[in-house]
Amino acid sequence: MATVETRGVRKHFGHVPAVDGVDLQTAEGEFLVLLGPSGCGKTTLLRMIAGLEQPTAGQILIGGEVVNDLPPRARKIAMVFQSYALYPHMTVYDNIAFPLKAQGVARDEIPKRVQWAASLFGIAGLLARRPRQLSGGERQRVALARALVREPAVFLLDEPLSNLDAKLRASARDELQQFQRRIGTTTIYVTHYQVEAMGLGDRIAVMERGRVRQIGTPQEVYDDPADTFVAGFLGSPPMNLVEADDVLVGFRPEHLLPRDAHGGGALVAWPFRVTRVEYLGADRLLYGTLEGRFAGARVIAKLPSTITASFEPGRVAEFAVREKDLRFFDRASGLRTAARTL
Amino acid sequence: MSDRLATLPRAAAAPAARPTRLAVLIDRPAWLGGLMIGPAVLYIVLVVGLPFVLALYYSLSDITMGGRTLGFVGFKHFAAVVGTPKFQTALKNTFIFAVAAQLAVMVLGTVLALALSRDFRGKWLVRLLILLPWVAPVSLGTIGWLWILDSTYSVLNWVLEAAGLVPPYGGFMWLGVPHLAMGSIITVHVWRILPLATVILLAGLSSIPQDIHDAAQVDGAGFWRHLFQITLPLVRPIMLVAGLFGLVLAFTDMIVVFVLTRGGPYDTTQVLASLAFFTGVQAGDLAEGAAIAVFLFPLLVAAAVVLLRVARRTEVT
Repeated sequence: MATVETRGVRKHFGHVPAVDGVDLQTAEGEFLVLLGPSGCGKTTLLRMIAGLEQPTAGQILIGGEVVNDLPPRARKIAMVFQSYALYPHMTVYDNIAFPLKAQGVARDEIPKRVQWAASLFGIAGLLARRPRQLSGGERQRVALARALVREPAVFLLDEPLSNLDAKLRASARDELQQFQRRIGTTTIYVTHYQVEAMGLGDRIAVMERGRVRQIGTPQEVYDDPADTFVAGFLGSPPMNLVEADDVLVGFRPEHLLPRDAHGGGALVAWPFRVTRVEYLGADRLLYGTLEGRFAGARVIAKLPSTITASFEPGRVAEFAVREKDLRFFDRASGLRTAARTL
Repeated sequence: MSDRLATLPRAAAAPAARPTRLAVLIDRPAWLGGLMIGPAVLYIVLVVGLPFVLALYYSLSDITMGGRTLGFVGFKHFAAVVGTPKFQTALKNTFIFAVAAQLAVMVLGTVLALALSRDFRGKWLVRLLILLPWVAPVSLGTIGWLWILDSTYSVLNWVLEAAGLVPPYGGFMWLGVPHLAMGSIITVHVWRILPLATVILLAGLSSIPQDIHDAAQVDGAGFWRHLFQITLPLVRPIMLVAGLFGLVLAFTDMIVVFVLTRGGPYDTTQVLASLAFFTGVQAGDLAEGAAIAVFLFPLLVAAAVVLLRVARRTEVT
C-alpha cells in the first residue's frame, strides 16, 4: 500500500511539452482517474510514474520515497496496458507467473499465487490457453490477474477497457471498481471516457495540454468546473457557455428547462427558439438560440422524458435556469469567477 | 422535370452495360490473378525451373562437355562419385562450412539487430556500414578479402607484425594452411551474409509491440530474462526463416571458395558446389558435376519443409 505523488513533473519530447508541470497527490487506497482528450499527456504521466519514461524535470514519489532513479521493477507497481500486452508465446499460466518468477518468488509458492489470482478473476479454467485463444474480456482479466498477482503497492491502468465492446465495458467497469474496493490498492487510471472517469474515480484529475486543469471528486469537477475547458469536456452535451460582457455564463443543458418545469427558486429566464430536436429515448435534446438579452447565443437544452410538452422546430418558448446553477468564467482566462446577478 | 430526373440513372448506366471483352475478363478474380502472376511464373520456369530439370536429367545421363550423347544411365554417377574421397571430403567440408557460418551469422546477427534496434547517436552510419557488404558485388568484396588474406601482403599479418605479436615474416598463411583456410572462408561468408540476417532480424524485432517490452519491464524482468524469455522467443519464427535462407545459401554457394582458395589447400576447403563446378565445367564431366550438384537437393528440401513447419507452429499473434 502506498501513495503516489508528483512534484512539478515535466516531460518534453524535443521541444514539445507533453507533460508541463504536474503536481498530484493520491490518498492511501484511492482510485484516481486521469481524464483528458488524446494528446493531453495523461498516458505520458502514467508512464513516468511507472518508470517507463524519465521526467525532464520534477520528482515522482511512491510511498513517500523519490523513485526517479529507480527502474520500473523496483517501484512496486503493476501496470495494465491498453493492448493488455500479454506475452503471446506464453500460456495464461506463464503470463501470470512471469512477474513472480522475475521477482524470485519461491518456486513452490508460484502455483498457489497464480491459482489465487486466476480464481479472483474467474479465469482458472483458462490457464493452459494462449492469449490468442481468448476473447477480449478474457484477455483483460488475464492482464489484471498478471498485474495483481505480485500484490503491488500501486496499480497503474492505461485505458484498460477501451478495447472491449460497449456492453462488456459497462460490466467490466463495475467489476473493476468492486475489485479495487476489495483489495484497497492505490490505483491510477487513465482514460478519455468521461463516463468511465465519473463512474470509477474517487477523484478525477482533468488534464489538457500537459497540465492538470482541475482535480476533485466527480461531483466537484462536474458541478463546479474550474475553467471553461473542464466545463466543456465533461458532460454530454457539454455545458452551454454564453457571453455576457466580460464573463462567460455557463449552465448545463439539463438545467435549461421550460420555465414552468422548474419547481421554484430564483430563476433566470430567456425566450428560446428551438431549431432542431433530437429524440434520444430517455431525453430530448433541443438545439436552438436564445433571444432577448443573449440574442443569437447557440445553446442546447436536455429535457428528461418526464417533460412531455412538444417543441417543434421554429417554436419560441420561455426557458429558464435556476440562478444557483449558473457558473461564471472570466472571458480572457477561462477561469471560474465569482457569481453575479444577471 | 420529374421525367428528366427519372431518365438520368438509366443514361448513366448505359456505358457500363457494354464493357469490352478484356474488361470482363479482368473483372474476374481468377483471370486477373493469372494475368498478374503470369510473368513471374514464366520467369521462374525459364530461369530456374528449366535449368534445374536439365541438371536433374544430366545427373542421370552420360552427357559430357563437347560430347554428343545424352543417354540415360540411371544412378551410375551418383554411385561412382559418392565413394570417392574427394566427394566425401567436400561433403564434410560443406557441412562444416554451412553450419559454422550459419551459427556465427545467427549469433552475430541477433546481437547486431538488438544493438541497432536501440536509439543512439550515429545509428544511421552504423546501419549503412553494416549493409555495405550486401550492396557490394560478392566477387568484388571477396577479392578485397583475397588481398587482406594474402600470404605476402596480408594487412592482418602486417598489423600483427607491427604489434610485435608475430616475428617479422612469421605471419600466417591465411589461405594456405587447412584449418586457417577453412576459418577464412567461413569468416568471409559470415561477413557477406550478416547484413541480410541483421536486417531480417531487425524487422522481426521491430514487429514486437513496445507494450510487450514495457510490460516485461514493469513485471520485473532483468536484461537476460527479458532477452531470453520475451524478445528471442518472439523473433524465433523470423529467426528460423533467416536461418533457413542462410543455410540454403551456404550449402549451395561457391563464390567465396572459388575466389579465395579454389578448394585448396589439398581440397580442405572444397565444398560440393565448387567440386561440382570443377568437375562438371572445368573438367568437362557434365553428368558427374550435375550429380554432385543435385546430391544435396533432397536434404535441402527436407530442411526447408521442417524449418517452415517449425516457423509456422511458433508463429505468434
